[in-house]
Amino acid sequence: MTIASSTQLICFTVLSAVVAIGALGVVLLPNIVYSAFLLGGVFLSVAGLYLLLNASFVAAAQVLVYVGAVNVLILFAIMLVNKTEDLAAIPGLAVRRLLSGAVCAGLFALLLRVAFTTPWATPGPEPVGEEATIRIGEHLFSDYLLPFELASVLLLMAMIGAIVLARRDVMTTDIVTGEPADQGLIEKSRTPLLLEKSN
Amino acid sequence: MVFANPAVVSAGLDLEASFTDLLQGLGLSPGAAHLLWLPLPMLLVLVAAVVGVLVNVWLERKISAAVQQRIGPEYAGALGILQPLADGLKLLFKEDIIPARADGLLFTLGPVLVLVPVILSWLVVPFGQNLLISNVGVGIFLWISLSSIQPIGLLMAGYASNNKYSLLGGLRAAAQSISYEIPLALAVLAVVMMSNSLSTVDIVDQQTGAGILSWNIWRQPVGFAIFWICALAECERLPFDLPEAEEELVAGYQTEYSGMKFALFYLGSYINLVLSALLVSVLYLGGWGFPLPVEWIVNLTGQPIDAPLVQVITATTGIVMTVLKAYLLVFFAILLRWTVPRVRIDQLLDLGWKFLLPIALVNLLVTAGLKLAFPAFFGG
Repeated sequence: MTIASSTQLICFTVLSAVVAIGALGVVLLPNIVYSAFLLGGVFLSVAGLYLLLNASFVAAAQVLVYVGAVNVLILFAIMLVNKTEDLAAIPGLAVRRLLSGAVCAGLFALLLRVAFTTPWATPGPEPVGEEATIRIGEHLFSDYLLPFELASVLLLMAMIGAIVLARRDVMTTDIVTGEPADQGLIEKSRTPLLLEKSN
Repeated sequence: MVFANPAVVSAGLDLEASFTDLLQGLGLSPGAAHLLWLPLPMLLVLVAAVVGVLVNVWLERKISAAVQQRIGPEYAGALGILQPLADGLKLLFKEDIIPARADGLLFTLGPVLVLVPVILSWLVVPFGQNLLISNVGVGIFLWISLSSIQPIGLLMAGYASNNKYSLLGGLRAAAQSISYEIPLALAVLAVVMMSNSLSTVDIVDQQTGAGILSWNIWRQPVGFAIFWICALAECERLPFDLPEAEEELVAGYQTEYSGMKFALFYLGSYINLVLSALLVSVLYLGGWGFPLPVEWIVNLTGQPIDAPLVQVITATTGIVMTVLKAYLLVFFAILLRWTVPRVRIDQLLDLGWKFLLPIALVNLLVTAGLKLAFPAFFGG
Protein backbone atom coordinates (compact mmCIF):
# COMPACT_ATOMS: atom_id res chain seq x y z
CA MET A 1 0.00 0.00 0.00
CA THR A 2 1.48 3.36 -1.01
CA ILE A 3 1.58 6.41 1.24
CA ALA A 4 -1.03 8.20 -0.88
CA SER A 5 -3.59 5.42 -0.74
CA SER A 6 -3.15 4.83 3.00
CA THR A 7 -3.54 8.58 3.63
CA GLN A 8 -6.68 8.48 1.55
CA LEU A 9 -8.02 5.51 3.51
CA ILE A 10 -7.32 7.18 6.87
CA CYS A 11 -8.96 10.42 5.69
CA PHE A 12 -11.98 8.53 4.41
CA THR A 13 -12.41 6.62 7.68
CA VAL A 14 -12.08 9.72 9.83
CA LEU A 15 -14.40 11.82 7.64
CA SER A 16 -17.08 9.12 7.44
CA ALA A 17 -16.93 8.62 11.20
CA VAL A 18 -17.31 12.36 11.75
CA VAL A 19 -20.24 12.50 9.32
CA ALA A 20 -22.03 9.56 10.93
CA ILE A 21 -21.40 10.46 14.58
CA GLY A 22 -21.93 14.16 13.95
CA ALA A 23 -25.24 13.55 12.19
CA LEU A 24 -26.40 11.38 15.09
CA GLY A 25 -25.36 14.16 17.45
CA VAL A 26 -27.33 16.73 15.45
CA VAL A 27 -30.49 14.68 15.96
CA LEU A 28 -29.95 13.37 19.48
CA LEU A 29 -28.37 16.24 21.41
CA PRO A 30 -30.84 18.09 23.64
CA ASN A 31 -29.04 21.44 23.24
CA ILE A 32 -30.09 22.95 19.92
CA VAL A 33 -27.02 25.20 19.71
CA TYR A 34 -24.72 22.18 19.87
CA SER A 35 -26.80 20.53 17.17
CA ALA A 36 -26.39 23.54 14.91
CA PHE A 37 -22.62 23.70 15.39
CA LEU A 38 -22.33 19.95 14.85
CA LEU A 39 -24.30 20.36 11.62
CA GLY A 40 -21.57 22.71 10.45
CA GLY A 41 -19.00 20.04 11.26
CA VAL A 42 -20.98 17.46 9.28
CA PHE A 43 -21.16 19.81 6.27
CA LEU A 44 -17.40 20.37 6.46
CA SER A 45 -16.73 16.62 6.58
CA VAL A 46 -18.97 16.08 3.55
CA ALA A 47 -16.87 18.72 1.77
CA GLY A 48 -13.83 16.68 2.78
CA LEU A 49 -15.39 13.58 1.21
CA TYR A 50 -15.93 15.54 -2.02
CA LEU A 51 -12.24 16.50 -1.92
CA LEU A 52 -11.33 12.81 -1.64
CA LEU A 53 -13.42 12.23 -4.78
CA ASN A 54 -11.31 14.82 -6.67
CA ALA A 55 -14.26 17.21 -6.81
CA SER A 56 -12.57 20.31 -5.38
CA PHE A 57 -15.00 22.79 -6.90
CA VAL A 58 -17.99 20.97 -5.43
CA ALA A 59 -16.18 20.80 -2.08
CA ALA A 60 -15.52 24.55 -2.08
CA ALA A 61 -19.12 25.24 -3.13
CA GLN A 62 -20.35 22.93 -0.36
CA VAL A 63 -18.37 24.90 2.24
CA LEU A 64 -19.49 28.26 0.84
CA VAL A 65 -23.18 27.42 0.55
CA TYR A 66 -23.82 25.01 3.41
CA VAL A 67 -21.35 26.12 6.06
CA GLY A 68 -21.03 29.78 5.11
CA ALA A 69 -24.67 30.50 4.37
CA VAL A 70 -27.12 27.82 5.51
CA ASN A 71 -25.47 26.96 8.80
CA VAL A 72 -24.76 30.57 9.69
CA LEU A 73 -28.40 31.45 9.03
CA ILE A 74 -29.54 28.54 11.22
CA LEU A 75 -27.26 29.78 13.99
CA PHE A 76 -28.58 33.31 13.55
CA ALA A 77 -32.14 32.12 13.87
CA ILE A 78 -31.32 30.09 16.98
CA MET A 79 -29.38 32.87 18.66
CA LEU A 80 -31.97 35.54 17.94
CA VAL A 81 -34.89 33.54 19.33
CA ASN A 82 -33.10 31.28 21.80
CA LYS A 83 -34.73 31.33 25.21
CA THR A 84 -33.17 29.78 28.25
CA GLU A 85 -36.44 28.38 29.56
CA ASP A 86 -37.10 24.65 29.06
CA LEU A 87 -39.79 23.55 26.66
CA ALA A 88 -42.92 22.02 28.13
CA ALA A 89 -42.80 18.21 28.14
CA ILE A 90 -44.82 16.61 25.36
CA PRO A 91 -47.21 13.85 26.50
CA GLY A 92 -46.23 10.35 25.45
CA LEU A 93 -42.64 11.28 24.65
CA ALA A 94 -41.34 7.73 25.12
CA VAL A 95 -43.83 6.29 22.61
CA ARG A 96 -43.04 9.04 20.10
CA ARG A 97 -39.32 8.41 20.42
CA LEU A 98 -39.82 4.68 19.99
CA LEU A 99 -41.95 5.23 16.88
CA SER A 100 -39.51 7.65 15.23
CA GLY A 101 -36.65 5.32 16.13
CA ALA A 102 -38.46 2.45 14.42
CA VAL A 103 -39.09 4.55 11.30
CA CYS A 104 -35.43 5.54 11.16
CA ALA A 105 -34.28 1.93 11.63
CA GLY A 106 -36.59 0.82 8.81
CA LEU A 107 -35.26 3.51 6.51
CA PHE A 108 -31.70 2.53 7.42
CA ALA A 109 -32.43 -1.15 6.64
CA LEU A 110 -33.94 -0.14 3.29
CA LEU A 111 -30.89 1.96 2.39
CA LEU A 112 -28.54 -0.85 3.42
CA ARG A 113 -30.45 -3.29 1.22
CA VAL A 114 -30.29 -0.91 -1.75
CA ALA A 115 -26.59 -0.32 -1.17
CA PHE A 116 -25.81 -4.03 -1.10
CA THR A 117 -28.04 -5.16 -3.95
CA THR A 118 -27.16 -2.42 -6.45
CA PRO A 119 -24.43 -3.55 -8.86
CA TRP A 120 -22.01 -0.64 -8.36
CA ALA A 121 -19.57 -0.05 -11.18
CA THR A 122 -16.18 -0.21 -9.43
CA PRO A 123 -13.98 1.59 -10.11
CA GLY A 124 -16.30 4.42 -11.11
CA PRO A 125 -15.80 6.75 -14.07
CA GLU A 126 -12.48 8.54 -14.34
CA PRO A 127 -12.54 11.77 -12.24
CA VAL A 128 -12.19 14.87 -14.41
CA GLY A 129 -10.28 16.72 -11.67
CA GLU A 130 -9.65 20.39 -12.38
CA GLU A 131 -11.73 20.20 -15.56
CA ALA A 132 -14.80 19.77 -13.35
CA THR A 133 -15.39 23.53 -13.07
CA ILE A 134 -15.68 23.88 -16.84
CA ARG A 135 -17.87 20.76 -17.07
CA ILE A 136 -20.24 22.03 -14.37
CA GLY A 137 -20.47 25.41 -16.12
CA GLU A 138 -21.30 23.78 -19.45
CA HIS A 139 -24.03 21.66 -17.88
CA LEU A 140 -25.53 24.60 -15.99
CA PHE A 141 -25.88 26.55 -19.23
CA SER A 142 -27.13 23.70 -21.40
CA ASP A 143 -29.09 20.66 -20.23
CA TYR A 144 -29.48 21.76 -16.60
CA LEU A 145 -30.46 25.33 -17.46
CA LEU A 146 -34.15 24.90 -16.64
CA PRO A 147 -33.70 23.21 -13.22
CA PHE A 148 -31.05 25.82 -12.37
CA GLU A 149 -33.32 28.72 -13.25
CA LEU A 150 -36.27 27.09 -11.48
CA ALA A 151 -34.16 26.77 -8.34
CA SER A 152 -33.33 30.48 -8.51
CA VAL A 153 -37.03 31.35 -8.90
CA LEU A 154 -37.78 29.14 -5.89
CA LEU A 155 -35.15 30.96 -3.85
CA LEU A 156 -36.58 34.31 -4.94
CA MET A 157 -40.03 33.20 -3.80
CA ALA A 158 -38.63 32.10 -0.45
CA MET A 159 -36.91 35.44 -0.09
CA ILE A 160 -40.05 37.46 -0.84
CA GLY A 161 -41.98 35.21 1.54
CA ALA A 162 -39.46 35.85 4.29
CA ILE A 163 -39.69 39.62 3.74
CA VAL A 164 -43.49 39.50 3.83
CA LEU A 165 -43.43 37.51 7.06
CA ALA A 166 -40.81 39.69 8.68
CA ARG A 167 -42.32 43.06 7.68
CA ARG A 168 -46.02 42.74 8.38
CA ASP A 169 -46.14 46.46 9.23
CA VAL A 170 -45.71 47.30 5.57
CA MET A 171 -48.95 45.53 4.69
CA THR A 172 -51.23 46.98 7.38
CA THR A 173 -54.22 49.15 6.55
CA ASP A 174 -54.99 52.34 8.36
CA ILE A 175 -56.97 51.43 11.49
CA VAL A 176 -59.10 54.59 11.54
CA THR A 177 -60.11 54.89 7.89
CA GLY A 178 -59.70 51.27 6.82
CA GLU A 179 -57.81 52.43 3.75
CA PRO A 180 -54.43 51.02 2.82
CA ALA A 181 -51.66 52.84 4.66
CA ASP A 182 -49.10 54.90 2.76
CA GLN A 183 -46.37 52.35 2.08
CA GLY A 184 -43.74 55.01 1.50
CA LEU A 185 -44.28 56.60 4.89
CA ILE A 186 -43.92 53.29 6.69
CA GLU A 187 -40.80 52.45 4.73
CA LYS A 188 -39.23 55.77 5.61
CA SER A 189 -40.20 55.84 9.27
CA ARG A 190 -37.38 54.61 11.41
CA THR A 191 -37.29 54.05 15.10
CA PRO A 192 -35.26 56.91 16.57
CA LEU A 193 -31.85 55.87 17.83
CA LEU A 194 -32.21 57.68 21.15
CA LEU A 195 -35.57 56.94 22.72
CA GLU A 196 -36.99 59.57 25.05
CA LYS A 197 -37.60 58.48 28.59
CA SER A 198 -41.33 58.09 29.01
CA ASN A 199 -41.47 58.56 32.79
CA MET B 1 7.01 27.59 -0.78
CA VAL B 2 7.59 25.08 -3.45
CA PHE B 3 8.34 24.76 -7.07
CA ALA B 4 4.99 23.06 -7.21
CA ASN B 5 4.74 21.76 -10.72
CA PRO B 6 8.00 20.21 -11.87
CA ALA B 7 6.60 19.62 -15.34
CA VAL B 8 6.34 23.36 -15.93
CA VAL B 9 9.80 24.29 -14.68
CA SER B 10 11.67 21.40 -16.22
CA ALA B 11 14.34 23.89 -17.15
CA GLY B 12 16.07 25.82 -14.41
CA LEU B 13 15.82 25.39 -10.66
CA ASP B 14 13.50 22.86 -9.08
CA LEU B 15 13.84 22.92 -5.30
CA GLU B 16 11.55 19.94 -4.74
CA ALA B 17 13.46 17.71 -7.17
CA SER B 18 16.85 18.65 -5.75
CA PHE B 19 15.63 18.13 -2.17
CA THR B 20 14.13 14.68 -2.89
CA ASP B 21 17.21 13.73 -4.94
CA LEU B 22 19.38 14.64 -1.95
CA LEU B 23 17.28 12.51 0.42
CA GLN B 24 17.18 9.61 -2.03
CA GLY B 25 20.94 9.88 -2.21
CA LEU B 26 20.92 9.24 1.56
CA GLY B 27 19.04 5.99 0.95
CA LEU B 28 15.38 6.99 1.43
CA SER B 29 12.57 5.77 -0.81
CA PRO B 30 11.02 8.34 -3.20
CA GLY B 31 7.74 8.23 -1.23
CA ALA B 32 9.46 8.94 2.09
CA ALA B 33 11.51 11.74 0.52
CA HIS B 34 8.34 13.32 -0.86
CA LEU B 35 6.68 12.94 2.56
CA LEU B 36 9.59 14.76 4.21
CA TRP B 37 9.39 17.51 1.59
CA LEU B 38 5.65 18.13 2.03
CA PRO B 39 5.66 19.92 5.43
CA LEU B 40 8.58 22.21 4.50
CA PRO B 41 6.72 24.72 2.28
CA MET B 42 3.78 24.70 4.67
CA LEU B 43 6.02 25.48 7.65
CA LEU B 44 7.77 28.18 5.67
CA VAL B 45 4.49 29.88 4.77
CA LEU B 46 3.23 29.56 8.36
CA VAL B 47 6.41 31.23 9.63
CA ALA B 48 6.08 33.88 6.93
CA ALA B 49 2.48 34.55 8.02
CA VAL B 50 3.44 34.90 11.69
CA VAL B 51 6.43 37.12 10.93
CA GLY B 52 4.09 39.14 8.68
CA VAL B 53 1.83 39.65 11.69
CA LEU B 54 4.73 40.80 13.88
CA VAL B 55 5.75 43.34 11.25
CA ASN B 56 2.13 44.38 10.95
CA VAL B 57 1.74 44.98 14.69
CA TRP B 58 4.91 47.03 14.75
CA LEU B 59 3.73 49.06 11.75
CA GLU B 60 0.36 49.61 13.37
CA ARG B 61 1.98 50.92 16.55
CA LYS B 62 4.52 53.11 14.76
CA ILE B 63 2.16 54.52 12.14
CA SER B 64 -0.61 55.23 14.64
CA ALA B 65 1.98 57.02 16.77
CA ALA B 66 3.14 59.05 13.78
CA VAL B 67 -0.44 59.94 12.87
CA GLN B 68 -1.06 61.19 16.38
CA GLN B 69 2.35 62.89 16.57
CA ARG B 70 3.66 60.54 19.24
CA ILE B 71 6.87 58.50 19.11
CA GLY B 72 5.42 55.05 19.76
CA PRO B 73 7.41 52.09 21.07
CA GLU B 74 11.12 52.78 21.12
CA TYR B 75 12.78 50.95 24.02
CA ALA B 76 12.25 47.32 22.94
CA GLY B 77 14.96 46.97 20.33
CA ALA B 78 15.94 49.61 17.78
CA LEU B 79 12.86 51.73 16.91
CA GLY B 80 10.80 49.41 19.14
CA ILE B 81 11.10 46.61 16.63
CA LEU B 82 10.88 43.95 19.35
CA GLN B 83 7.65 45.39 20.76
CA PRO B 84 5.36 42.90 18.92
CA LEU B 85 7.45 40.03 20.32
CA ALA B 86 7.02 41.49 23.80
CA ASP B 87 3.28 41.76 23.17
CA GLY B 88 3.16 38.14 22.07
CA LEU B 89 5.14 36.93 25.07
CA LYS B 90 2.87 38.88 27.41
CA LEU B 91 -0.19 37.20 25.93
CA LEU B 92 1.54 33.81 26.13
CA PHE B 93 2.16 34.12 29.85
CA LYS B 94 -1.17 35.66 30.79
CA GLU B 95 -3.61 33.54 32.76
CA ASP B 96 -6.08 31.73 30.53
CA ILE B 97 -9.51 32.38 32.01
CA ILE B 98 -12.72 30.59 31.10
CA PRO B 99 -15.64 32.42 32.75
CA ALA B 100 -17.56 30.31 35.27
CA ARG B 101 -20.90 30.40 33.42
CA ALA B 102 -19.36 30.12 29.95
CA ASP B 103 -19.52 27.04 27.76
CA GLY B 104 -15.94 25.77 28.05
CA LEU B 105 -15.86 23.61 24.93
CA LEU B 106 -17.34 26.14 22.50
CA PHE B 107 -15.38 28.94 24.22
CA THR B 108 -12.13 27.14 23.34
CA LEU B 109 -13.20 26.04 19.88
CA GLY B 110 -14.36 29.53 18.77
CA PRO B 111 -10.94 31.22 18.38
CA VAL B 112 -9.53 28.09 16.71
CA LEU B 113 -12.32 28.14 14.11
CA VAL B 114 -11.57 31.80 13.46
CA LEU B 115 -7.84 31.27 12.96
CA VAL B 116 -7.63 27.97 11.05
CA PRO B 117 -9.51 29.01 7.84
CA VAL B 118 -7.38 32.17 7.59
CA ILE B 119 -4.17 30.16 7.80
CA LEU B 120 -5.49 27.55 5.34
CA SER B 121 -6.17 30.33 2.83
CA TRP B 122 -2.41 30.94 2.54
CA LEU B 123 -2.42 27.75 0.48
CA VAL B 124 -3.28 29.69 -2.66
CA VAL B 125 -1.17 32.84 -2.19
CA PRO B 126 1.50 32.88 -4.91
CA PHE B 127 4.86 34.60 -4.37
CA GLY B 128 6.12 33.64 -7.82
CA GLN B 129 5.32 31.52 -10.85
CA ASN B 130 5.87 28.32 -8.88
CA LEU B 131 6.34 29.74 -5.40
CA LEU B 132 3.16 28.67 -3.66
CA ILE B 133 2.10 25.68 -1.60
CA SER B 134 -0.43 24.35 -4.05
CA ASN B 135 -1.70 25.67 -7.35
CA VAL B 136 -5.18 24.23 -6.86
CA GLY B 137 -7.61 24.71 -9.71
CA VAL B 138 -10.29 26.33 -7.55
CA GLY B 139 -7.69 28.84 -6.29
CA ILE B 140 -9.35 32.09 -5.35
CA PHE B 141 -12.71 30.35 -4.84
CA LEU B 142 -11.10 28.28 -2.10
CA TRP B 143 -10.24 31.49 -0.26
CA ILE B 144 -13.80 32.81 -0.60
CA SER B 145 -15.32 29.59 0.71
CA LEU B 146 -12.79 29.26 3.54
CA SER B 147 -13.39 32.81 4.69
CA SER B 148 -17.09 31.96 4.98
CA ILE B 149 -16.28 29.52 7.83
CA GLN B 150 -15.03 32.36 10.01
CA PRO B 151 -18.45 33.72 11.05
CA ILE B 152 -19.23 30.35 12.63
CA GLY B 153 -16.22 30.71 14.90
CA LEU B 154 -17.24 34.27 15.75
CA LEU B 155 -20.83 33.22 16.54
CA MET B 156 -19.46 30.36 18.62
CA ALA B 157 -17.18 32.67 20.61
CA GLY B 158 -19.97 35.19 21.07
CA TYR B 159 -22.47 32.60 22.23
CA ALA B 160 -20.13 30.62 24.48
CA SER B 161 -18.93 33.67 26.40
CA ASN B 162 -22.38 34.00 28.00
CA ASN B 163 -22.17 37.77 27.85
CA LYS B 164 -24.57 40.12 26.10
CA TYR B 165 -21.82 42.23 24.55
CA SER B 166 -20.08 39.13 23.26
CA LEU B 167 -23.25 37.76 21.71
CA LEU B 168 -24.07 41.09 20.06
CA GLY B 169 -20.51 41.39 18.80
CA GLY B 170 -20.59 37.87 17.40
CA LEU B 171 -23.93 38.46 15.66
CA ARG B 172 -22.69 41.74 14.21
CA ALA B 173 -19.49 40.12 12.99
CA ALA B 174 -21.39 37.32 11.27
CA ALA B 175 -23.92 39.72 9.70
CA GLN B 176 -21.14 41.97 8.44
CA SER B 177 -19.15 39.08 7.09
CA ILE B 178 -22.13 37.63 5.18
CA SER B 179 -23.17 41.02 3.77
CA TYR B 180 -19.74 41.84 2.38
CA GLU B 181 -18.95 38.36 1.13
CA ILE B 182 -21.34 38.78 -1.82
CA PRO B 183 -19.95 41.99 -3.39
CA LEU B 184 -16.48 40.63 -2.69
CA ALA B 185 -17.22 37.42 -4.57
CA LEU B 186 -18.77 39.39 -7.46
CA ALA B 187 -15.69 41.61 -7.71
CA VAL B 188 -13.49 38.51 -7.79
CA LEU B 189 -15.78 36.97 -10.41
CA ALA B 190 -15.16 39.90 -12.77
CA VAL B 191 -11.40 39.30 -12.51
CA VAL B 192 -11.88 35.55 -12.95
CA MET B 193 -13.94 36.23 -16.05
CA MET B 194 -11.06 38.17 -17.58
CA SER B 195 -8.42 35.54 -16.80
CA ASN B 196 -10.62 32.51 -17.64
CA SER B 197 -9.35 30.72 -14.55
CA LEU B 198 -9.86 30.57 -10.80
CA SER B 199 -6.22 29.75 -10.17
CA THR B 200 -4.25 32.60 -8.57
CA VAL B 201 -1.22 31.81 -10.73
CA ASP B 202 -3.25 32.16 -13.93
CA ILE B 203 -4.77 35.39 -12.66
CA VAL B 204 -1.29 36.89 -12.19
CA ASP B 205 -0.02 35.43 -15.46
CA GLN B 206 -2.80 37.22 -17.29
CA GLN B 207 -1.51 40.52 -15.84
CA THR B 208 2.07 40.12 -17.05
CA GLY B 209 3.32 41.23 -20.43
CA ALA B 210 3.35 45.01 -20.32
CA GLY B 211 4.50 45.49 -16.73
CA ILE B 212 2.51 48.02 -14.72
CA LEU B 213 0.24 48.81 -17.68
CA SER B 214 -1.20 45.31 -17.82
CA TRP B 215 -2.23 45.19 -14.15
CA ASN B 216 -5.87 44.59 -13.50
CA ILE B 217 -6.34 47.84 -11.59
CA TRP B 218 -6.55 49.75 -14.88
CA ARG B 219 -9.16 47.37 -16.27
CA GLN B 220 -11.07 46.88 -13.03
CA PRO B 221 -10.89 50.18 -11.11
CA VAL B 222 -14.42 49.75 -9.73
CA GLY B 223 -13.79 46.12 -8.85
CA PHE B 224 -10.61 47.15 -7.06
CA ALA B 225 -12.48 49.69 -4.92
CA ILE B 226 -15.26 47.20 -4.13
CA PHE B 227 -12.79 44.47 -3.27
CA TRP B 228 -10.73 46.71 -1.02
CA ILE B 229 -13.79 48.03 0.87
CA CYS B 230 -15.14 44.51 1.31
CA ALA B 231 -11.75 43.16 2.36
CA LEU B 232 -11.54 45.84 5.05
CA ALA B 233 -15.03 44.91 6.21
CA GLU B 234 -14.16 41.21 6.26
CA CYS B 235 -11.06 41.95 8.35
CA GLU B 236 -13.16 44.10 10.70
CA ARG B 237 -10.83 47.04 10.24
CA LEU B 238 -11.95 50.58 10.82
CA PRO B 239 -14.20 52.08 9.50
CA PHE B 240 -15.93 48.70 9.73
CA ASP B 241 -14.83 47.46 13.17
CA LEU B 242 -18.38 47.42 14.60
CA PRO B 243 -18.13 43.89 16.02
CA GLU B 244 -15.63 45.16 18.57
CA ALA B 245 -16.77 48.77 18.84
CA GLU B 246 -15.30 49.59 22.21
CA GLU B 247 -17.67 52.43 23.07
CA GLU B 248 -20.75 50.25 22.58
CA LEU B 249 -19.77 46.62 23.07
CA VAL B 250 -16.67 46.71 25.36
CA ALA B 251 -14.72 44.52 22.91
CA GLY B 252 -17.46 42.54 21.17
CA TYR B 253 -16.94 38.82 20.97
CA GLN B 254 -13.43 39.17 22.47
CA THR B 255 -14.71 40.65 25.73
CA GLU B 256 -14.32 37.53 27.87
CA TYR B 257 -11.14 36.26 26.27
CA SER B 258 -7.67 36.59 27.72
CA GLY B 259 -4.23 35.08 27.29
CA MET B 260 -3.58 32.79 24.38
CA LYS B 261 -7.22 32.50 23.27
CA PHE B 262 -7.36 36.28 22.85
CA ALA B 263 -4.03 36.06 21.05
CA LEU B 264 -5.61 33.66 18.55
CA PHE B 265 -8.24 36.28 17.66
CA TYR B 266 -5.55 38.93 17.46
CA LEU B 267 -3.36 36.75 15.28
CA GLY B 268 -6.33 35.78 13.12
CA SER B 269 -7.34 39.37 12.42
CA TYR B 270 -3.81 40.46 11.51
CA ILE B 271 -3.08 37.38 9.38
CA ASN B 272 -6.35 38.08 7.63
CA LEU B 273 -5.31 41.69 6.96
CA VAL B 274 -1.99 40.62 5.46
CA LEU B 275 -3.76 37.89 3.46
CA SER B 276 -6.32 40.34 2.10
CA ALA B 277 -3.59 42.77 1.12
CA LEU B 278 -1.69 39.94 -0.61
CA LEU B 279 -4.82 38.92 -2.50
CA VAL B 280 -5.54 42.50 -3.57
CA SER B 281 -2.02 42.62 -4.98
CA VAL B 282 -2.55 39.25 -6.69
CA LEU B 283 -5.93 40.16 -8.15
CA TYR B 284 -5.38 43.79 -9.11
CA LEU B 285 -1.73 44.82 -8.76
CA GLY B 286 -0.03 42.16 -10.81
CA GLY B 287 1.04 39.85 -7.95
CA TRP B 288 4.75 39.13 -8.20
CA GLY B 289 5.08 41.19 -11.38
CA PHE B 290 7.71 43.93 -11.54
CA PRO B 291 6.47 47.32 -12.88
CA LEU B 292 8.70 46.70 -15.91
CA PRO B 293 8.40 43.34 -17.69
CA VAL B 294 11.06 41.01 -16.26
CA GLU B 295 11.59 39.18 -19.56
CA TRP B 296 12.42 42.47 -21.21
CA ILE B 297 15.08 43.27 -18.57
CA VAL B 298 16.53 39.76 -18.79
CA ASN B 299 16.76 40.00 -22.57
CA LEU B 300 18.57 43.32 -22.16
CA THR B 301 21.29 41.61 -20.09
CA GLY B 302 21.57 38.86 -22.67
CA GLN B 303 21.18 35.98 -20.20
CA PRO B 304 18.94 32.95 -20.90
CA ILE B 305 15.73 33.17 -18.82
CA ASP B 306 16.20 29.73 -17.24
CA ALA B 307 19.78 30.22 -16.04
CA PRO B 308 19.96 29.44 -12.30
CA LEU B 309 21.24 32.88 -11.33
CA VAL B 310 18.53 34.64 -13.36
CA GLN B 311 15.90 32.36 -11.84
CA VAL B 312 17.05 33.15 -8.31
CA ILE B 313 17.03 36.87 -9.06
CA THR B 314 13.59 36.85 -10.70
CA ALA B 315 12.16 34.72 -7.85
CA THR B 316 13.61 37.14 -5.29
CA THR B 317 12.19 40.16 -7.12
CA GLY B 318 8.85 38.34 -7.27
CA ILE B 319 8.74 37.75 -3.52
CA VAL B 320 9.92 41.30 -2.79
CA MET B 321 7.33 42.80 -5.15
CA THR B 322 4.46 40.74 -3.70
CA VAL B 323 5.38 41.63 -0.13
CA LEU B 324 6.04 45.28 -1.03
CA LYS B 325 2.63 45.70 -2.68
CA ALA B 326 0.90 43.90 0.18
CA TYR B 327 2.55 46.07 2.82
CA LEU B 328 1.79 49.22 0.86
CA LEU B 329 -1.88 48.23 1.11
CA VAL B 330 -1.47 47.38 4.80
CA PHE B 331 -0.01 50.87 5.27
CA PHE B 332 -3.11 52.37 3.65
CA ALA B 333 -5.34 50.21 5.85
CA ILE B 334 -3.55 51.41 8.99
CA LEU B 335 -3.67 55.02 7.83
CA LEU B 336 -7.41 54.61 7.18
CA ARG B 337 -7.88 53.20 10.66
CA TRP B 338 -6.45 56.30 12.28
CA THR B 339 -8.16 58.72 9.91
CA VAL B 340 -11.81 57.82 9.40
CA PRO B 341 -14.54 57.39 12.00
CA ARG B 342 -16.52 54.19 12.48
CA VAL B 343 -19.80 53.76 10.56
CA ARG B 344 -23.10 52.84 12.25
CA ILE B 345 -24.46 49.32 11.84
CA ASP B 346 -27.35 50.46 9.61
CA GLN B 347 -24.96 52.52 7.48
CA LEU B 348 -22.73 49.49 7.18
CA LEU B 349 -25.53 47.22 6.01
CA ASP B 350 -26.93 49.92 3.69
CA LEU B 351 -23.51 50.37 2.12
CA GLY B 352 -23.12 46.63 1.63
CA TRP B 353 -26.54 45.73 0.28
CA LYS B 354 -27.80 48.90 -1.38
CA PHE B 355 -24.59 50.31 -2.79
CA LEU B 356 -21.78 47.79 -3.18
CA LEU B 357 -23.95 44.87 -4.32
CA PRO B 358 -25.62 46.72 -7.26
CA ILE B 359 -22.33 48.35 -8.24
CA ALA B 360 -20.60 44.96 -8.17
CA LEU B 361 -23.34 43.47 -10.36
CA VAL B 362 -23.05 46.33 -12.86
CA ASN B 363 -19.26 45.95 -12.82
CA LEU B 364 -19.63 42.26 -13.64
CA LEU B 365 -22.05 43.01 -16.47
CA VAL B 366 -19.82 45.74 -17.93
CA THR B 367 -16.80 43.45 -17.71
CA ALA B 368 -18.69 40.74 -19.58
CA GLY B 369 -19.69 43.26 -22.26
CA LEU B 370 -16.15 44.62 -22.60
CA LYS B 371 -14.79 41.10 -22.78
CA LEU B 372 -17.08 40.38 -25.72
CA ALA B 373 -16.35 43.73 -27.39
CA PHE B 374 -12.56 43.94 -26.86
CA PRO B 375 -11.33 40.38 -26.30
CA ALA B 376 -7.72 41.49 -26.83
CA PHE B 377 -7.72 43.76 -23.79
CA PHE B 378 -10.15 41.97 -21.50
CA GLY B 379 -8.99 38.37 -21.90
CA GLY B 380 -10.86 36.78 -24.78
